[in-house]
Amino acid sequence: MIAAAESLLAAARKGDTRSIARLLTIVENDEPGSADILRALYPETGRARIVGVTGPPGGGKSTLVSRLAAAYRSIYDRVAIVAVDPSSPFTGGAILGDRIRMRDRFLDEGVFIRSMASRGHAGGLARATMRIVNVLDALGTGLVIVETVGVGQEEVAVVRVADTVCLVTVPGLGDDIQAIKAGVLEIADVLVVNKADTPGADDAARDLAQMLSLGHGRTEWKPPILRTSAQDGSGIDELVRAIDAHATWARSSGELEERRAGAAREEVEALLRDALVKRLESRIGSARVSDAVKRVATRELDPYRAVDELLDT
Amino acid sequence: MKRPIRIVMAKAGLDGHDRGVKVVARALRDAGMEVIYTGVHQTPEQVVETALQEDADAIGLSLLSGAHNYLFPRVAELMKHKGMDDVLLFGGGIIPEDDIEGLRKHGVERIFQPGASLEEITAYVREAVAKRRGQPA
Repeated sequence: MIAAAESLLAAARKGDTRSIARLLTIVENDEPGSADILRALYPETGRARIVGVTGPPGGGKSTLVSRLAAAYRSIYDRVAIVAVDPSSPFTGGAILGDRIRMRDRFLDEGVFIRSMASRGHAGGLARATMRIVNVLDALGTGLVIVETVGVGQEEVAVVRVADTVCLVTVPGLGDDIQAIKAGVLEIADVLVVNKADTPGADDAARDLAQMLSLGHGRTEWKPPILRTSAQDGSGIDELVRAIDAHATWARSSGELEERRAGAAREEVEALLRDALVKRLESRIGSARVSDAVKRVATRELDPYRAVDELLDT
Repeated sequence: MKRPIRIVMAKAGLDGHDRGVKVVARALRDAGMEVIYTGVHQTPEQVVETALQEDADAIGLSLLSGAHNYLFPRVAELMKHKGMDDVLLFGGGIIPEDDIEGLRKHGVERIFQPGASLEEITAYVREAVAKRRGQPA
């Protein structure tokens, strides 16, 4: 391991905030030393509880996450929040604004908050979110809350990272509630109707209950439906109990083990894909790829044949 | 992969005028930076702790309240205390010419006054961060 990474790691293990933040940057950007850091920490991962919070934009996820962090601080010495916001598809820049709703936690030394830009990764998380969670886990965080970008219908990556997934919706989305029923609804372990003090909360909860009653779940776990108002904190204690009940069930039923095995498979396969692509790219060379692209664009060659040619030699 | 510039944009103290800081945040985003926006009414402690956890390259403070001669030096002092010598501190707002030299002595590298262009601000952040990272701009 490079010396800089080694001394950072030593300081981070002692709880130095700056060093932890630096390690996360190195790992997020896949900078030199990143693989060494992850390798060194991996044996110590798998201890933290990981709670995912997902749902449509503006549903109150960040406010709810802030409340959850406060509640879990009475159980765990160290709680972390990893909050993902979208990157601009054009410039790559991002406004990371989840912290605005978490200000009450800023000076709690037991809460570490890290904002991440999605950097073009689909699925509601960034490519490096799992790695960031792993680092925080290995450094002694008791519970990590992962907040996704505001999701629509198909952003379900959080289920690969979290032990328990909370889906946060709000009254008045009308047809949008229908719209999230596939995909995102299927991964929910706990359903939350937030802003429950606004009109329509009963309808929203009833719609969700009806939707759940229509299908058979993947497991025998029946996702409870809770009402919260993250703004004033009502319903948060019940939400914590529901999350804990799911975690207990997941541990005893084998679901947790299965999820973590799925996550491990995905991580290995993704790394393998990256490594294979890198290896092939260096063997084929970018000049030959550009040449093939040019011939495909002028219809001199079809794309399938182009790929065969590039791989064959 | 090139590491994007991460920058904390904050409003400190009893100043709720956030139009300007949002315009600048948006411009920095459009220049490809990752901007962590904390919202209004932050204490210097909150701003510095945020920059620390987010491993920010820079802190940009917006101040229109007249409290700059307290808030800027306090942020700079806390940064020093936390060993954040390589993090850029700059700001903007209604800040009289006469106060700028004093703020600079406290470690505020640059103050943008009313009329500064967005191009000027983004170019400055890009160059100043590159210099601190030891890279060519």
